[in-house]
Amino acid sequence: MCTMIVEKAEIVGSGKGAQGWFPLEQVNVSFDHPFHATMEHALCLDFVNPAAGPGARVAVELSAQSARRLLVTISTALARGDEQLTPSGRR
Amino acid sequence: MYRTDSYEGMIAETTTVSGHGGDAIYAYLARPMGAGPFPGVVLLHHIPGWDEWYRETTRRFAHHGYVAISPNLYHREGHGTPEDVAAAVRAQGGVPDDQVVGDAEGSMRFLRSLPYLNGKVGVMGTCSGGRQTVLAASRSQGFNAAVDCWGGRVVMAQEDLSPKQPVAPIDYTADLSCPLLGLFGADDQSPTPEQVAQHEQELKKHGKAYEFHIYDGAGHGFFYYDRPMYRQEQAVDGWQKLFAFFQTHLVGSD
Repeated sequence: MCTMIVEKAEIVGSGKGAQGWFPLEQVNVSFDHPFHATMEHALCLDFVNPAAGPGARVAVELSAQSARRLLVTISTALARGDEQLTPSGRR
Repeated sequence: MYRTDSYEGMIAETTTVSGHGGDAIYAYLARPMGAGPFPGVVLLHHIPGWDEWYRETTRRFAHHGYVAISPNLYHREGHGTPEDVAAAVRAQGGVPDDQVVGDAEGSMRFLRSLPYLNGKVGVMGTCSGGRQTVLAASRSQGFNAAVDCWGGRVVMAQEDLSPKQPVAPIDYTADLSCPLLGLFGADDQSPTPEQVAQHEQELKKHGKAYEFHIYDGAGHGFFYYDRPMYRQEQAVDGWQKLFAFFQTHLVGSD
């Protein structure tokens, strides 16, 4: 099915696409048909720079379980970073 | 059907049609060589975009004796690989229904302007293009037959309506202007068999000519040979039903 589920957020960072590195401005998160992953629905992440055209895109398609694992992993890494880099947590 | 001793040739190329609002949009056109007359088909592509599958399918219609055109419904979103453009459209929640209907109409007018058309034009689409086929066949008067392949969201809940998709296609059923063939999978989640039945009831209520087939063992997109949802037996039968339907309504009986 076409779910049309999409969430968007402004982001700051860089992504490496087909033409090399470019500044990222937005991430589009959808749960819909993937282009390549071999499942009917996937958590699709598109890191994009809309002003640079449709080709300024880094795409990732994950199974729902993988996406949840990624969420936890990101949270864990961020928490460790906070612990090490904030004044109260700095060793 | 062609014979092994038949001559066959085809022209296939990108062209430009006047779409919604008079916008010039690209379209992929394929037709058999020769003077015709040929029946016409407008193909409305799916959510993954104006991609290779749609170009192949456009040529497939030409192989079967049709002049076929597939407009780039995402033309206004910029150019790049079909996937990148489709991803940009996905992020925006799709394209407006009014625009798609205008692009379908523009493509139909383009076919009707050709000297080798037999005077009949069908419309078909898969996935979102199936839904848009129902819309185009209901809101335009120039199509002679329509084929909806597993178009989801023909039946829509109130909360799913949006400025881009303000009316559920099922609500235009009274205006459906040509016979409709529907091909669906029993395991599909959109449209569910219940939604297909709801659409069928509405078609019956308004006395519309239609033919629906729901395939067991198939879900969404069972024609897509490059995806896990491909179902060989159902796809072969579905293509046969599709061509038989267009033969009846766009060509005449064999």
